[in-house]
Amino acid sequence: MVEHRALQYRRTFRASLFGSFGIPALFLTAMGLGLGGYVDRSADAVLNGVTYLQFLAPGLLASSLMQTGSFEASFPILGGLQWSKIFHAMVATPLRGRDVALGNLAWIALRLTLVGTIFGIVIVAFGASRSPLIVLAIPVAVLTGVAFAAPIMAFTATQRRPDRFAAVFRFGITPLFLFSGTFFPIESLPSFLQPVAWLSPLWHGVDVCRALMLGTIGDAPLLALVHVLILVAIATIGAFLAIRTVDARLEKG
Amino acid sequence: MTATTAAAAGTSTKASESLIRARGLTKRFGAFTAVDGVDFDVAPGEAFGFLGPNGAGKTSTMRMIGCTSPISDGELSILGMDPRRQGADIRARLGVVPQQDTLDNELTVRENLLIYGRYFGLSRDECAKRADELLEFVQLADRGKDLVEPLSGGMKRRLTIARSLINEPDVMLLDEPTTGLDPQARHLVWDRLYRLKQRGVTLVLTTHYMDEAEQLCDRLVVMDKAKIVAEGSPRQLIEQYSTKEVAEFRFAPGIQETLEDQFEGLADRVERLPDRMLLYAEDGEAVVIAARERGLHPETVLVRRSTLEDVFLRLTGRSLIE
Repeated sequence: MVEHRALQYRRTFRASLFGSFGIPALFLTAMGLGLGGYVDRSADAVLNGVTYLQFLAPGLLASSLMQTGSFEASFPILGGLQWSKIFHAMVATPLRGRDVALGNLAWIALRLTLVGTIFGIVIVAFGASRSPLIVLAIPVAVLTGVAFAAPIMAFTATQRRPDRFAAVFRFGITPLFLFSGTFFPIESLPSFLQPVAWLSPLWHGVDVCRALMLGTIGDAPLLALVHVLILVAIATIGAFLAIRTVDARLEKG
Repeated sequence: MTATTAAAAGTSTKASESLIRARGLTKRFGAFTAVDGVDFDVAPGEAFGFLGPNGAGKTSTMRMIGCTSPISDGELSILGMDPRRQGADIRARLGVVPQQDTLDNELTVRENLLIYGRYFGLSRDECAKRADELLEFVQLADRGKDLVEPLSGGMKRRLTIARSLINEPDVMLLDEPTTGLDPQARHLVWDRLYRLKQRGVTLVLTTHYMDEAEQLCDRLVVMDKAKIVAEGSPRQLIEQYSTKEVAEFRFAPGIQETLEDQFEGLADRVERLPDRMLLYAEDGEAVVIAARERGLHPETVLVRRSTLEDVFLRLTGRSLIE
């Protein structure tokens, strides 16, 4: 099992390294530079002595990995199932549908780690992290990305065309990006909307990453633990669903 | 035929002689039955074919043998193993050439082989060694560093065949190996498959081309509407279900419909197709002469040997390729 998954990284790694490396790097540079301008104008007092850059950085880290994870679980997966059909070729070997699903998830996690690490380096270079615990924020952000990738992969395996991906991104990913405490504290939302944040996997990720990077994790360790457990639960359930739908799809041919 | 009876006798030694054994094999998709209780045996080293029109259940049968599609009912044993429990072990010893190429267009020709070998747990060195040999075998050695995308259909097909051989399989499953290829490319594929057969690789293939079945298959089953309707060697099938020769008569438009009983007694059997009449007889020329004597004047006449197409027509009343 483990060897199969390792082999799958290798395959996908080679296939997508060039295409997918440049885009997040560009995105990070642009965002990082753009944020520099904000820092000067931010009033210290608003965020209890935290600069806006420091506030924003963990939100961007988590939401960037959410977006990468979601994308990687949509088009490339549909490609292997429907267009090039290479996943069908894989299950003609000793690999099974579950190996394809888990191998791809493992690959996505690896890619997210890579993207997250680059993001982390940029954040540190901008002085946007107040705590060395950013080292732990990266795996939490990766977990957030996987919590999106797994259920989206399960959905992808039920699709024959990419038509519905646009709806997933427009009505799922983008609103979450805007309203999960990425750009402003959810306390700024109308009070009736605040509990809704609990339904957003991204908010759980952002909240933990922010606590780690601001060095305030000690203030509410239990809350952070609950956040992480929720993300683990979503990722696990998503992975089980993905195994089922990918398996069923590959059996259908 | 003998293999079937021997295996059906059911003694364990006899049964193990057949590499693939199916009894009452069935595949259902919801209410639709794609394969309806078929029995067949494939002996080691033989080339065994499933001949039939599109939708006859050939691909569904192949996918069950390939252990990528679970069986709905009946028994299936491959290399003495049960696909329900030992799917991965069976697949490790199969080489699969699917109907549609499933190559990775983002990789080079050689990388496609290397990666595929890795899925079988082969070492990188072993993969590299085999990949070079196989590229030589399918005459793609000079294209190893090229991407897959720009290759011709025939080259992709040969690459898929090379890929299926990376694990040195005992059995090759070929689903319509030459569909869509031009005649030259087909002959090249047939030639490679023939060499594999000579090396002792068991070939199981599906086709809707009678010439392919006649070229490659030692034995075949004719499938129609999810069932096996006949079994034997191409020659046996032709002898059993057809005559040695066929005289094909084509008439000017509208004439054929006016000819009712004129063919009575001319040949052993007469098939009326929309565009021509087929008269089956041991001696086709004699039929032509007899027809002329009766005053029949077809526009064109063709006397040829019976083929599997005629067998299929006899068995199902329909043409193979419609």
